Amino acid sequence: MTLTVIGIYLLLVLCVGALSHRLFRGTSEDYFVASRTIGPFLLLMSLFGTNMTAFAILGASGEAYHEGIGVFGLMASSSALIIPSVFYFVGTRLWALGKRHGFMTQVQYFRARWESSWLGLVLFVVLIALLIPYLLIGVMAGGLTMNQITQGQVPKWIGGLIVCVVVMTYVCYGGLRGTAWANAFQTLVFMILGGVTFYVIVDAVGGLSSALDRLGAKHPELLIRGEKIQPIRLLTYTCIPLSVGMFPHMFMHWLTARRASAFRTPLMVYPLCIAAVWIPSVLLGILGHLDFPGLKGAAANSVLVRLIHLHAPELLAGLLAAGVFAAVMSSLDSQVLSIGTMFTQDIVRHYGLRERMSERAQVIYGRVFVAGVLLVTYLISLVSARSIFKLGIWSFTGFAALFPVVFAALFWRRSTKYGALASILTVAALWLYFLTQGWQSPGYTVGGTGIMPVAVILAASALAMVVGSLLTQPPGREVVDRFVAPAAGPAA
Amino acid sequence: MRNARLLLYLLWVLLYLLHNDIWLWDNGAIVMGLPVGLLYHVGFCLAAAVMLGLLVTYARPAHLIAADDEGDAT
Repeated sequence: MTLTVIGIYLLLVLCVGALSHRLFRGTSEDYFVASRTIGPFLLLMSLFGTNMTAFAILGASGEAYHEGIGVFGLMASSSALIIPSVFYFVGTRLWALGKRHGFMTQVQYFRARWESSWLGLVLFVVLIALLIPYLLIGVMAGGLTMNQITQGQVPKWIGGLIVCVVVMTYVCYGGLRGTAWANAFQTLVFMILGGVTFYVIVDAVGGLSSALDRLGAKHPELLIRGEKIQPIRLLTYTCIPLSVGMFPHMFMHWLTARRASAFRTPLMVYPLCIAAVWIPSVLLGILGHLDFPGLKGAAANSVLVRLIHLHAPELLAGLLAAGVFAAVMSSLDSQVLSIGTMFTQDIVRHYGLRERMSERAQVIYGRVFVAGVLLVTYLISLVSARSIFKLGIWSFTGFAALFPVVFAALFWRRSTKYGALASILTVAALWLYFLTQGWQSPGYTVGGTGIMPVAVILAASALAMVVGSLLTQPPGREVVDRFVAPAAGPAA
Repeated sequence: MRNARLLLYLLWVLLYLLHNDIWLWDNGAIVMGLPVGLLYHVGFCLAAAVMLGLLVTYARPAHLIAADDEGDAT
């Protein structure tokens, strides 16, 4: 039954991708940025679905199992304010500049903004290096979920392979438009199934009120922040969602908006979508203590799957697996497409083939790179240890710490390419330093103070940008006028 | 309008500060069926939605209006 439900779901995803291909216009702009024609609903679903990984469903429950309700404030409500604010202050401006100048990747924008080809190459390398662990997590999570849900019947390598083949099919076939439609479908699936799962399990444990009373009697520490989460950690954790400002896949989705007004609904509804997904995840995580006490470390990430096997019918197990697959694939597709777009536009087109590359050739290159990136990711996933998941979490820190680069590009006219380079190199050096310091400690904070490493790297990155820019020649006024966001004018 | 924009930006900063609810840190009371520390942050999500609604309605940058106008003209 479980495998049948998963199979039907994957077929539906492929159908959605195939149907969206009917709208394909055959141009590179359509393949890479959907001809900038996406409206508010699809934009919301693709932005939210891309950002919500399997972590929001399985990882959040596991974190809440260990740390209690404080996980919601730490990871969900901070994102509810910061992420749409980044869309508002940064995303809409990049959309306007992208539309005016025809950008398809963020490297194109930074190259133009600071008139530097080599700076674009440095950024390309750093962005790809940070994105690869993120891709690996998606493929490996797909394999692990399939394995757990089917209680070992399906090996992990087959689960990972299925994820890769399905994503490759609809991304190669439909480009960003197919990705956006598939994202919308999958985002609705994991939001609805999350709600259904929550209702069925809570009902089975005797209702929320009764379950919380029992939990409070046994584990009162799970209903407060207490010693587990320090206030300074909550404060500095708010830096992590700034990572959306530098995610290549988010940049790509911003560019797809039909009009500036298409951002209105996504900005307002995004915080509510976060609450809708995270409330059930966190509550089920803490309630897991009633049935499965004493789970240690990463074993807690399976608490949701265990609760389903215990309380829910087999059909729901299949539906939950479909929901997790939805979360995995709705992120993986955009990330893979963004890397394919970057290879095509920032490397192949930028270095040497610019004049000779037809629209059709760009689309073919984009497809080849998508397939190649997925193949390489899948092969790496076969030999990677599970500890790679930790690296994925650190990739958020790296992207967030690069935020001063995009902020200065948009808002600081005096910023220079050397300031940007100083900022990028500072992030790379400090990121590696903190990674080696915190690799063996899951809850690592700077010197045990509760301060998240991201806050320190972000501050150093901003300082490097300021010092590096002030010590070097300012860029020409004409270039700045073209590529810096105009000062805010009257409101609508 | 410039004052309205400034006021909204200040409101945003205030909301950001309110995210750090240290006064509820050790309060495990159940309010409206949820632990109060969780309920507060659910309310924070609603407040964030309202904040973003105010920003896109009353502090929409002029260049975005211009971008839409350009799109309409073409």
